[in-house]
Amino acid sequence: MNNMKKELAVAALENGTVIDHIPPHSLFKVVDLLGIANLPNSVTIGNNLSSRRYGKKGIIKIADVFFPEETLSRIALVAPNANINVIRNYEIVDKHRVSLPDEIVDIVKCGNPKCISNNEPMSTRFHVVDRENRVIRCHYCEREVSGDDIIIK
Amino acid sequence: MDKRSLVSISQLTKDEILQLISDAAFFEAHPNQHLLDGKVIATLFFEPSTRTRLSFETAVNRLGGRVIGFSDAATTSSSKGETLKDTIKMVSNYVDLIIMRHYLEGAALYATEVSPVPIINAGDGANQHPSQTMLDLFSIYKTQGRLDNLNITLVGDLKYGRTVHSLIMAMYHFNPTFNFIACDELKMPVEYKIFCDQHGIKYTESRDFGPEIINNTDILYMTRVQRERFTDLDEYERVKNIYTLRNAMLADSRPNLRILHPLPRVGEINPDVDDNPKAYYFNQAQNGLYARQAIICKVLGIDLTQLKNSAK
Repeated sequence: MNNMKKELAVAALENGTVIDHIPPHSLFKVVDLLGIANLPNSVTIGNNLSSRRYGKKGIIKIADVFFPEETLSRIALVAPNANINVIRNYEIVDKHRVSLPDEIVDIVKCGNPKCISNNEPMSTRFHVVDRENRVIRCHYCEREVSGDDIIIK
Repeated sequence: MDKRSLVSISQLTKDEILQLISDAAFFEAHPNQHLLDGKVIATLFFEPSTRTRLSFETAVNRLGGRVIGFSDAATTSSSKGETLKDTIKMVSNYVDLIIMRHYLEGAALYATEVSPVPIINAGDGANQHPSQTMLDLFSIYKTQGRLDNLNITLVGDLKYGRTVHSLIMAMYHFNPTFNFIACDELKMPVEYKIFCDQHGIKYTESRDFGPEIINNTDILYMTRVQRERFTDLDEYERVKNIYTLRNAMLADSRPNLRILHPLPRVGEINPDVDDNPKAYYFNQAQNGLYARQAIICKVLGIDLTQLKNSAK
């Protein structure tokens, strides 16, 4: 409850989305992946806040924006434990963890320099092989990559 | 992906593989057919490969089709910076089928996404080369009379050799036992051993290339050990000799043993093996023609049933 008060003191949201429990090193990747830099809405970003579960965390609050689930699932690669809180009229009406989609389109860069996707103006495509360990496989060259070796485009 | 295209051997079911082998055997007996009359087929070789290109082009010619294409990307607009997509879009306006080889991995699969005509992958970098695998399977079938329950020994470069990787993927339908013979630098990558474990494929792994292995083998599949894979050249010189097959090593081998090699070879099969009736690598290359005739017909949806019945 105390924590909640501290967060609300930063900027209480009447309506919008709060993304919580982002690993601090991934915070700005999440900002990029959701295109937050180009939003006209009021945005509050906090990083290296103390977290009971993970030590340190990042948090993003975006007023009056409700992301489609498809958009939110993009951040699952860099912030697998992130929580999405949907706020309406100061109340949390939905709270859930992000989930990795089966197919990841145009988010990850293939680590294989000889992959066609690095040599042609085209979208990348990856299939999730192992959700638990975040192992994904390039649709084109079939090379697998996992965890922190995943490169975001 | 256009479902008619052939990009990877793993696309094919057991029945489809057996059908292709049966079709290849038909073309071996009756190579000249007029199945592609009026059809034009492109062979786009963004990377030179004379052997594969001539084999495919001969297959088209023997089926009565015509060929356009190029054998080296340096002479095409891709050297001016044209994208693969644009080249494929342009060529697909002219032809009924594109056979392509490319130095980049995944190029053929990407081509299937932009092409309205089917694609046959004739090799994409270190990734896939399904017609090579089909000719290997056809060769194994021809020499053994079956694909099931064979003891197959793979020797040499098992780390980078895509032909041996594809062979494992294709043979999993047929309950094989594999022996992987390689030095530590070139041993079978762990993902293929996991594949074997997951599919119940039996295998042994060894650095020794000795009589106890050779004498229990049905198919001895040799591959080229390339100097450029080694950081230590002394190590290369040592390894090169250990994994060289000599005729004397075949003295007590099984009568049905056949020696395969995707060619070109360098030193890994001594020329004194060539005259042994168990040496099969030159016939193997010839089988590629029939396997490719079968693949072309399959991809173009040409039904051979009637033709095969009337030939009986």
